[in-house]
Amino acid sequence: MMGYVSYLSFFLTLALIYGIATMGLNMQWGFTGLFNAGVVGFFAIGGYAYAIVIGPDRPDLVGGFELPFVIGLLGALVFSALAALIVGLATMRLRSHYLAISTFGIALTIQLVALNFESLTAGNLGLIGLGRPLEDAFDTPLGFNLFYLGLMVVATLVVYGALQLILHSPWGRVLRAIREDEEAAVSLGKNVSRFRLEAFVIGCSLMGLAGAFYVGSIGYISPFDFLPIVTFQIWTMLILGGSGNNRGAILGAIVVWGVWTSSGWLISTILPPAWQVRGAASQVILIGLILVLTLLYRPRGLIGERVTVSSGARLDDG
Amino acid sequence: MGQLIADGILTGAVLSLGAIGVTLTLGILRFANFSHSELVTWGGYFALTFVAFAGTSAETFGPLSFGWSFVGAIIVAGIATAGLALLVDALVFSRLRRRRAAEMTLVFASFGVALLLRHIIVLIFGPHAVYYTGTLQFAVEILPGVRVMPDQILVLALTLLFVLGLHLTLKFSRLGIAMRASAESPDLARVHGVDVRVVIRWTWAIGGGLAAAAGVFYGLTVQLRPEIGFALLLPLFTAALLGGSGSVYGAVIGGLIIGLSESLSVLIIPTGYKQAVPFLILLLILYLRPRGLFGDVAK
Repeated sequence: MMGYVSYLSFFLTLALIYGIATMGLNMQWGFTGLFNAGVVGFFAIGGYAYAIVIGPDRPDLVGGFELPFVIGLLGALVFSALAALIVGLATMRLRSHYLAISTFGIALTIQLVALNFESLTAGNLGLIGLGRPLEDAFDTPLGFNLFYLGLMVVATLVVYGALQLILHSPWGRVLRAIREDEEAAVSLGKNVSRFRLEAFVIGCSLMGLAGAFYVGSIGYISPFDFLPIVTFQIWTMLILGGSGNNRGAILGAIVVWGVWTSSGWLISTILPPAWQVRGAASQVILIGLILVLTLLYRPRGLIGERVTVSSGARLDDG
Repeated sequence: MGQLIADGILTGAVLSLGAIGVTLTLGILRFANFSHSELVTWGGYFALTFVAFAGTSAETFGPLSFGWSFVGAIIVAGIATAGLALLVDALVFSRLRRRRAAEMTLVFASFGVALLLRHIIVLIFGPHAVYYTGTLQFAVEILPGVRVMPDQILVLALTLLFVLGLHLTLKFSRLGIAMRASAESPDLARVHGVDVRVVIRWTWAIGGGLAAAAGVFYGLTVQLRPEIGFALLLPLFTAALLGGSGSVYGAVIGGLIIGLSESLSVLIIPTGYKQAVPFLILLLILYLRPRGLFGDVAK
C-alpha cells in the first residue's frame, strides 16, 4: 500500500514538473505562436545549472558551489534565459521557421556539451550525490516524496498564478494580438520582435526551472535524462491538453505522462527482452500518433483556449 | 588536410542531395519540413530491403563493392521514397493546407511525422547499424596522401549527374518552369494556368527521390542507422538556409560548405563537438546574412 502511495506521489511530482515546462511552452506556442523545437535543451540547461550551483565540491570538476536550493533554482532561470537570448536575438525578426531550426540546433549543442565537457558535467557518467532539499528532515523516502510533491503543487500554483496575471495584463493581450494579426499589432505601434523575444525568454526560463526541479527530485543528473524525446513529450502534453490554456497544459502533462509511464510499464512486463527496443519504439510511435491525430482532428486539444472577444475568429490554427 | 577535404566533399555531396529537397519545400510548399531528413533514412532502408530480396550479385562492377542488383536498389528506393513523401502529404500536410492552417502548424505536424517515420524504422528493421554488403574495399590513392574508396568516387559522380539533371529540368522543362513560377508567386502561377497541385506533387516526388539517393549513398559510404535522419536534420537545414531558401544551387553549395566545415573542424575543436558545427554556422548566417548566399528575401 505504502509502495503505491510512494509511487503515485513520485509520478505526480514528475507530471507537475513537466506541467511547468509545458506552461513555458504554452507561453511560446499557445499565446505567441513561437515554435520551440528544442524544449529539452532548455530543460537540460536548467538541470545542469542547478546541479553545478548546489552540488558538492568535487576536486576534479569545475563547479560544485554547495549553495542553497533556492540559489540553484535562480541559476537555472538565469542560464536558460541566457541560452534563449542567444537564439532569440538572432531569429525574432526573421520568418518563424528560423527559430524552429535554431532551437533544434541549440538543444543538440547542449546535449553535446553535456556529453563532452567532462570537467563541468562529468560527461556520460553524470553528476551523482546531489543533495535533495531538506532530505535529512525525513525518516522515510515516502516522507520526502510527499514533501517534494507538496513543493511541486505549490510551485505549479505559483507559476500558474503568475502566468495568468501577466497573460491577462496589457502585455499578455499584445502577445495574443501579435499571434492573431501581426500587421495589425505593428500598425498599433507595438514592437513585435521585442514582445516575442520576451515571451520566448520567459517560456525558456520556465523550462529551465522545471529542469532544476527535476534534478532536485531525483538527486542526480546525466545526459540520458535529456534525450530529444522529452521535447516531443512536452509538445504532446501541450497539444493534447489544449494550447492557449494553462490548465490544459497541466492536464495534458498528467495525461501524457500517465500514458507514457503505463505503456512503458506494460512493455517492460509483457514483452520478452529481445523485443524491448522495438517496444520502446512503439511507445514513441504512440506519442507521435497522439500528437499528429490531435493536430488533425482536435486542434483545440482536451480543453483549448476559451473564445474571448470575437466568436467568429478562426481557432483551427491553434 | 587533403584527406579531410576529400572526406568533406563526399559528406557535402550527400548533404547537397538532401538539402535540395529541404529548399524545394521551403520555396514551393513554403514550410520547413522537419521530416524531410527521415526520407533520407527511408531511402537507405528501401534499398536495403531490395538488396535483401534480390540478393547481392556475385559479380561486382570492377573495383566497386556492388553489381547490378544495387542499380535496381537505387531506382526502387527513389520511387518508393517519392511514394512515401506523396503518401505523407496526402495523409497529413494536404489536409492541413486544405484547412488553410498557419505555416507553423505544418512545421509542427512535420515534427510529429518525423518522430513517427524514425521509429517505424526501428520497429521494422531494429536499432542496429547495417551495411549493404560485406565486401571489403581497398582505398585508392588519388593524390599524395589522399585515399578514397572507389564507391565514394562513384557517389560523387552520380551526385553531380543528379544535380545537373535537376538543373536542366528546372531550367527548360514545362514542369521546371511551373515549379519556379509557383515558388515566386503561387497565385500568379495559378492565374497563368499552372496547376499548383501538380507542382506540389512533383516537388514531393523530386525531393523524395533525391533524399533516397542521399540515403543510399550514405548507407554505401558510411552505414545505415535509424538515426541518420535525426543526425542530418540540422546539417540539411543549415545547408538550405546558407544557400538561401528556394535556391537549388544554393543548397548544393551550402551542402558542400557544411560538409567541408564539419570535416575540417576537427583541426580546431574536439571531435565530440563536430555535430555542433552546423549550428554555429547557422548562428553566423542568422546574425550576418539571414537571406543566405543566393536567397532573395528572408522575411
